[in-house]
Amino acid sequence: MSPKQRRMPVFVERKTYRRRRMADGARMLPILGALLFCMPLLWAVSSPPKTTVTMFYLFLVWIALSVTSAIISRHLHDDDNGSQSDAENGGR
Amino acid sequence: MNKKVLLIEDEPNIIEAISFILSRDGWDVKTHANGHDAMDAVRDRAADLIILDVMLPGRSGFDILKDIRADGALSDTPVLMLTARGQDKDREMAARVGANRFMTKPFSNADVLEAVRSMVAT
Amino acid sequence: MASLNVLVLVCLIYVIFLFAVAFAADRAALHGRGAWLRSPIVYTLSLSIYCTAWTFYGAVGFAARSGLEYVTIYLGPTLVMIGWWWTLRKMVRIGRSQRITSIADLISSRYGKSNSLAVFVTVLAVIGTTPYIALQLQSVTLSFSIFAETDMISGGPSSQQSTAFWVASGLAVFTILFGTRNLDANERHHGVVMAIALEAVVKLFALLAVGVFVVWGLSGGVAETLAQIDASPISQFEVTNSRWIGLTMLSAAAFICLPRMFQVMVVENEDEGHLRTASWAFPAYLMAMSLFVVPIAAVGLERLPADANPDLFVLTLPLQEGRDGLAILSFLGGFSSATSMVIVAAIALSTMVSNHIVMPIWLWMSGESAMVSGDVRSVALLARRLSIAGIVFLGYLYFRVSGGGAALAAIGLISFVGVAQFLPSLMGGLFWRGANRVGAIAGLVVGAMVWMYSLFLPSFGDTVFLPQQVIENGLFGLSWLRPQALFGAEGLDPIVHAVMWSLLLNTFVFFVVSLLSFPRPIERLQGAQFVNVFQHSGTAGSWSGGLAQSEDLLIMSQRIMGASEAQALFAGAARHQGIAGLLPEPTPDFLQQLERELSGSVGAATAHAMISQIVGGATVSVEDLMAVADETAQIMEYSSRLEAKTEEQARTARQLREANEKLTQLSVQKDAFLSQISHELRTPMTSIRAFSEIMRDTEGLTEDEQNKYSSIIHDEAVRLTRLLDDLLDLSVLENAQVVLNWQTGNLSEVLDRAISAAGVNEPGFKVDRIRAKEQLELRSDLDRLAQVFINVISNARKYCDASDPVLRIRSKQSGGNLIVDFIDNGSGIPTDKQALIFEKFSRIGETKAGGAGLGLAICREVMARLSGTITYLPGQNGAAFRVTIPIDVEAAKAAE
Repeated sequence: MSPKQRRMPVFVERKTYRRRRMADGARMLPILGALLFCMPLLWAVSSPPKTTVTMFYLFLVWIALSVTSAIISRHLHDDDNGSQSDAENGGR
Repeated sequence: MNKKVLLIEDEPNIIEAISFILSRDGWDVKTHANGHDAMDAVRDRAADLIILDVMLPGRSGFDILKDIRADGALSDTPVLMLTARGQDKDREMAARVGANRFMTKPFSNADVLEAVRSMVAT
Repeated sequence: MASLNVLVLVCLIYVIFLFAVAFAADRAALHGRGAWLRSPIVYTLSLSIYCTAWTFYGAVGFAARSGLEYVTIYLGPTLVMIGWWWTLRKMVRIGRSQRITSIADLISSRYGKSNSLAVFVTVLAVIGTTPYIALQLQSVTLSFSIFAETDMISGGPSSQQSTAFWVASGLAVFTILFGTRNLDANERHHGVVMAIALEAVVKLFALLAVGVFVVWGLSGGVAETLAQIDASPISQFEVTNSRWIGLTMLSAAAFICLPRMFQVMVVENEDEGHLRTASWAFPAYLMAMSLFVVPIAAVGLERLPADANPDLFVLTLPLQEGRDGLAILSFLGGFSSATSMVIVAAIALSTMVSNHIVMPIWLWMSGESAMVSGDVRSVALLARRLSIAGIVFLGYLYFRVSGGGAALAAIGLISFVGVAQFLPSLMGGLFWRGANRVGAIAGLVVGAMVWMYSLFLPSFGDTVFLPQQVIENGLFGLSWLRPQALFGAEGLDPIVHAVMWSLLLNTFVFFVVSLLSFPRPIERLQGAQFVNVFQHSGTAGSWSGGLAQSEDLLIMSQRIMGASEAQALFAGAARHQGIAGLLPEPTPDFLQQLERELSGSVGAATAHAMISQIVGGATVSVEDLMAVADETAQIMEYSSRLEAKTEEQARTARQLREANEKLTQLSVQKDAFLSQISHELRTPMTSIRAFSEIMRDTEGLTEDEQNKYSSIIHDEAVRLTRLLDDLLDLSVLENAQVVLNWQTGNLSEVLDRAISAAGVNEPGFKVDRIRAKEQLELRSDLDRLAQVFINVISNARKYCDASDPVLRIRSKQSGGNLIVDFIDNGSGIPTDKQALIFEKFSRIGETKAGGAGLGLAICREVMARLSGTITYLPGQNGAAFRVTIPIDVEAAKAAE
C-alpha cells in the first residue's frame, strides 16, 4: 500500500457522504410524492376543483417526480457502478 | 559342648543383653544384625536354636522363618521369635509360619532362659 | 371500413413478428450476443405489463365513469418506483442472491423455506390471477367483436367464444415455446422479455396515437380539448378521499405483490442497476400512458352514442371517425396489453404451481429414485408446460363461465385486493427479523378469508355464492358480519372496505402471531439474510475493498479464535507483508493461512465457507455468519458447560476416591503406628528391663560392665523421653499452642547448626552446599527452622540408599520467600507414598529402622506455624524436599 493510495479515502469519503445524502433523498421522494398526490383532496374540501386543473397539477407533479428521481438515481448510479466494479476486482 | 544359638536382632543393646544372659548360661551365642543376609548366617552357623526378631532392617523375621522352614536341612531348627509389637496378629502370624515360641518385648531374662532351655532339650 | 379479415391478417403478422423477435432474442442470448437485451430500457419496458388490457381500454372507461380517479391505478406504482430505494432494491437484491423464482418462493424462502406457505401463496395467486386472465381474453374478444359488428359479418356470441379459445390457445403455445425453453436456475426468459418490451412500445405508441388524434384531430387543439373536458360530465374532480387514498395504496401494494410484476421486476432482472433507470423511466411511461385518458373519455362521451361501452372508446372513436389504420393500431395496442399480461402471468404462475405443487407431489410419489436418476429436469419442464396450459385454460374457463358481463375495471381491482394480501408477510419478511412462518400463514389465511368473504364472493352477484340474506343481514344473521359492512363499517366503497379490513386484519394477525410464536432456526437464519441483505455487500468506496474485508475477517476470526490470538495472527501477517498496524492485505497466502488457523477451531469446510463468504462476497452476509457463529458459540458454551459439569463430577468422584484411599491408608497407617509406637516404646524398655535385671541378678559384674549397662539404661531412658517429647511436641504444634521465638539470622548459620546437630559430618555421607548463595537474612523462629532442617537432613542420612550418598542443599530467594531444596541421590520416595510422608506416624519403609514416623509430620506443622511450607519435590532422581520460608515472617503474617 503506497502512501498515495492511502490518501484516497479522504476523497472517497466525500463521495460516500454525497451518496448517502442521495440515498436519503431517494427515501424521502415517495413520501413527498404521496403528499403531493393527495393535495387535490384538500382542494376538494370546499368545492370540487375542475378536472382540467387537477389534471395539469397531477401531471406536473408526476413529471417533476420522474425528473427528480432521475437526478437522484443518476448520482446513486454513477457511484455505485464504480464501487461495484472495484469490489469485484478486489474480491476475486 | 555348648549348644549354639543364633540371635538375629537389630537393636545393639538388646543383642548385648541377650548375649550376656545366654553366655552366662553356657550358650555359644552368635549374632546377626540385619535381615538382608540373615539366611546366609543361619546356614553358616548351623545353630541349635535361632532367636529371631520380627522387625529387622531389610527383611521381616516372618519371611526369614518361612525360608528356614522351607529349607530341608534347617526345617527342624527350633525358632524363638521376639517382637516389640505385642499384637495378637503377630502371634498368630508367628505360629502360622512355624515359630516354636513367641515372646513379646520387654521380657524378663528368666523367661528367656527358661524358653531357650525348654526348646533345646538336652 | 376495415374488414375483419384484414384485422386477422394484421394480427397474425404481428404475432409472427413477436415470435420472430422472441426467437431472435433467445438465440442472441444463447450465443452471448446482444448486450441490448440487457439494457435498462428493456427492463423498464418489460415492467409495463402492469398496464394490461384493463388499463389500456379500461382506464378510459374508468375515466368516463368517475373522472380522474383512474390515475390512482398509476400513482401507486409511480410512488413504489420512485421509492425503489426502500423496497424494490431490497427485493431485487434478495431475489438475485437467493435465486428466487417467484413471489411464492420469496415468501416461503424467507419463512424457513416452508412449502405449506408456498402452496398457500400459489393457490391465492392462482385464484387472484385467473379472473384477470379471463379479463384479458374478454378484452381481446370484445375488441374483435367491435370490428366484427362494424364489418357486419358478426357471428354472435359463439364466434366470440371461439375467438377467446383461439387467443387462449395461441397464448398458451407462445408461452410454452418461449417461457419453458430453458430451465435455468435464474429463470430468465430473454425472448419473452424482449417480446414484452416490444409490446410495451406498441401499446404506448397506440394509445398516444389515439390521444393525439383525439386532441388535435377531433377536438382541434389543446385549448379546445380542455374546454371539451370542462363541458363534459367529468369536468369536476369528485373523488372520495378514502377511494383516492385507498386505491393508490392498493395499486402500490399490487404492483409489488402481483406475481407477474414480481416475475419481470425481480426474477427477470439482469442487473440491479436497471432499477435506477426504471425508477424514473417507468413513472414517465405510466404518465404517458395516462396522459390522454381523460381527453379520450371526454371526447368519447360527447361524440359516441350514450349506449356505447366507454371501456372501448379507444377503439370505437377511431373506427367511428373512419380511421381504420388507427383503429387497427389501437387494436394491436390492446392486443399487446392483453397478450403480454397473459404470457407473463402464465409463466409466473406456472413456475409457482410446478415448483411448489406439482414437483413436490411428483417427487413424493416417485420417491428418492427420481432425484438420483436425474430426470427431474424433464419432469419439471413438463410440469411447467402443463401448468401454463392449465392456467390459461382456467382463465378461458372463467371467461366462459362468468359470461364476461362485468365491468372490466371492477374485476381488476378485486384481483388486486387478493394479491395485496401478500404485502404484510412480504414487507414484514424484508424488514422485520421477528416475522415468522406461523405469523405469515395466519396473516395470509385471515386476509384471504376476509377478501373472499367481503369482496371476491359477492362479486359473482348476489346469489351465486353468497345468499342474498347473508349480504343483507350478515353471516348467521349477525349484522356485524355483513360482507360489505364488516364490524358495522357501513357506507364505505366495497373495494376500500375490503382493502381496509383484509389488510388491517392480515397485518394485525401476522404481527401478533409472529410475536407470540417462536421461529425455527432456519427461519431465523433466512430472516437475518433477508433483512440484512445489504450489509455484506458494503456501500463504501473502492478503497475499503481490501482492508474492509480484512477487518471483517478479523472480526470473524476473533469470535472463533479468541481476540488476542486473532489479533496476533493478523498483526503477524501484516508485519510479514510490511504493513504497519493490525490489518494485512487479504492476499491468497494470508487467506490460506487464516483458513488453516480457523479450520483448527471450526473444521475445514466451515472455515472455507466462512472465508469465501466474506472474501467472495457471496450470498450470506457477515452479520449472518456472526449470528450463526454466536448461536454456535452458545451451543458450544452450553455443551462445554455440560462437559465441565461432567468433568467436575468426575473430579469430585476422583477426589472422593482419593480421600477414601487416603482414609483406608491412614487406617492402615494408624494400625501400623500403634505397632510402631509399641515397638518404639518396647524396644528401649526391653533394654532397660534386661540390663536392670542383669545388674540386679548378676553377681560379680565388673565396674566397666556396671558402668556400661547403667549408661545403656540411661540412654534408653533418654530415648524413651525423646519419643514422648516428640509426641507431645506434635500434639502441641497441631493444636497451635506452640510459642514461637522470633529471631533475625542468617540462613547459612541455621544450616550449619542443623547439619552438625543431625550428625552427618561423618565420612561416607557428603553434604553439597553452595555457601555463597546461602547468605540470606531472614526473620523467623530459627530454632524451629533448624529442627525442620535437622529432620530433613537426618532423614536423608537414614534413608538415602545410594552407595555413595550425597545430599545437595540449594538455597535461593524468590519474591518474599527463601527456598531451600534438600535433594539426595538415593532412590527417592515412590510416587504412591509421596502423599503420605507428611502424615503423622507414617514411615516410608516398614522394615527400615528409625524414628517413630513423626519427623516429617512435625516438620509440616512447624512450617505451617512459620507461614512457610515443606513439600516433596518429585522428579529429582532422589528424595527431594523443598522448604519455603518467608523472609520476614511477621510481614508475611501481616500480609495474610
